[in-house]
Amino acid sequence: MVEQILPLRLAGAKLTRRGRTLVGPIDLTLGPQGFTIVMGPNGAGKTSLLRMMHGLERPSSGRVEWAVPEVQARPSQAYVFQHPTLMRRTALDNVAYPLTVHGMPRKEARARAAEALKSVGLGDSALKMAYYLSGGERQKLALARALIRKPEILFLDEPCASLDGRAIRDIEHILLTAHAAGTRIMMITHDHGQARRLAEDVLFIHHGQLHAADQADAFFSDPQSPEAHAFLKGDILI
Amino acid sequence: MTEIWDGLRQAALLIVTLDPDLLQISARSLHVTLTATVIASAIGLPLGGWLAVYRFRARRSVIALLNALMGLPPVVVGLIVYLMLSRSGPFGVFGLLFTPTAMIIAQVVILTPLIASIAHQALRELWAEYHDLLISLNTSRRQRIRTLLWDARRALLTASLAGFGRGIGEVGAIMIVGGNIDQATRVLTTAIALETGKGNFALALGLGFVLIAIAVGVNLSIHYASKTEVSSRW
Ligand SMILES: Nc1ncnc2c1ncn2[C@@H]1O[C@H](COP(=O)(O)OP(=O)(O)OP(=O)(O)O)[C@@H](O)[C@H]1O
Ligand SMILES: [Mg+2]
Repeated sequence: MVEQILPLRLAGAKLTRRGRTLVGPIDLTLGPQGFTIVMGPNGAGKTSLLRMMHGLERPSSGRVEWAVPEVQARPSQAYVFQHPTLMRRTALDNVAYPLTVHGMPRKEARARAAEALKSVGLGDSALKMAYYLSGGERQKLALARALIRKPEILFLDEPCASLDGRAIRDIEHILLTAHAAGTRIMMITHDHGQARRLAEDVLFIHHGQLHAADQADAFFSDPQSPEAHAFLKGDILI
Repeated sequence: MTEIWDGLRQAALLIVTLDPDLLQISARSLHVTLTATVIASAIGLPLGGWLAVYRFRARRSVIALLNALMGLPPVVVGLIVYLMLSRSGPFGVFGLLFTPTAMIIAQVVILTPLIASIAHQALRELWAEYHDLLISLNTSRRQRIRTLLWDARRALLTASLAGFGRGIGEVGAIMIVGGNIDQATRVLTTAIALETGKGNFALALGLGFVLIAIAVGVNLSIHYASKTEVSSRW
């Protein structure tokens, strides 16, 4: 049995590059359950925050701590990037990769990957080279690959950007299924409708600062921070 | 002019009749350079991957050194390997001087930096693409290098072919450490040099044709490999 890696605690966590603050300082605790949506205007620091949580960037100051040491926390996390990285392999081998690279026999890994592809509706594309896939199919591939190791927490950076109705619905369905199965989800989106559909709680980021961390109902009906209020009203924040 | 035409005609005859000398020399050339290419690839390709993935203090210096070694004149490499292998040198006891093994060693020294350098270029690009994903997937450095080597295998084939092309036409080092001994260490390039010197143009030209055919074949393969490489990008 793998130990629980949540809660994740950020204490004064801040990321700076060349003297500029990208995000932080942030104080925050992510509990073991939930579907968190991260919102905020472009350049607010949403991606930076998720990358720092996932350990892709070291905090320049402050702490990012899982319930277990970082080496143990790593295998139980997965991340879907804003622009998914496709490996120069078939769709099937892309999804099997997280398993094979950590030593699972190819045959078993492929069988599981085939299942995973089917579950995201890409069963027919398994043997295509990944770069032939359409934008929506690529996002689904990335999602299947992220979920294949059954992560405890899944980070997603705008997985539905530039997709339309059908693909968005499919992806939301996959996410809700994973969430129902117990996966903690932390997702960035610019789509207010999607945020309302999915969020249990919302983080609102502006200029690298956390302006709101509320239950979804409270956030959408009565945002406490003036910036969040303006953002939801549709004003352009600068 | 008649001499050249005469030579060409006789050369064609040698090839068509599968002249034993010509065959033996060609086979030895292939043996030496193929072996050297395989060994140099076994060292150079992972080295290229390691340099692409691993950030360490002296990395830039190692890459600069690699590029410098790539420009090393083969004659100088031959001289150094000669000194190493000669009776009074550190590896003299093995008695390798003037054997095909010595020639292979010299060519490995020449080809490894070339192959490593070309591999590094290709792998660095792929690493930039894969970086975030492979880190997110919690891979070890070793796993990263293996993944890069596998997914860039076409580009790496090009690197090895380039190495082979360089080795098969190389004469300076191989002449010094091999000695161009008949029936023992004579290869295409050294034989051409010798036969030309003796005025034996027929054999020299025949050997030259074989060499050209191999070189053209290699370059066509490189062209083909890099074309399929491009079409597999997106
Ligand atoms: N490695 C880096 N070096 C310097 N600046 C960076 C770096 N990464 C991000 N930035 C800057 O940090 C700021 C926050 O970037 P981030 O990608 O976190 O924003 P975001 O909220 O995800 O925006 P978007 O909604 O457009 O994706 C931006 O101004 C960006 O230019
Ligand atoms: Mg972003």
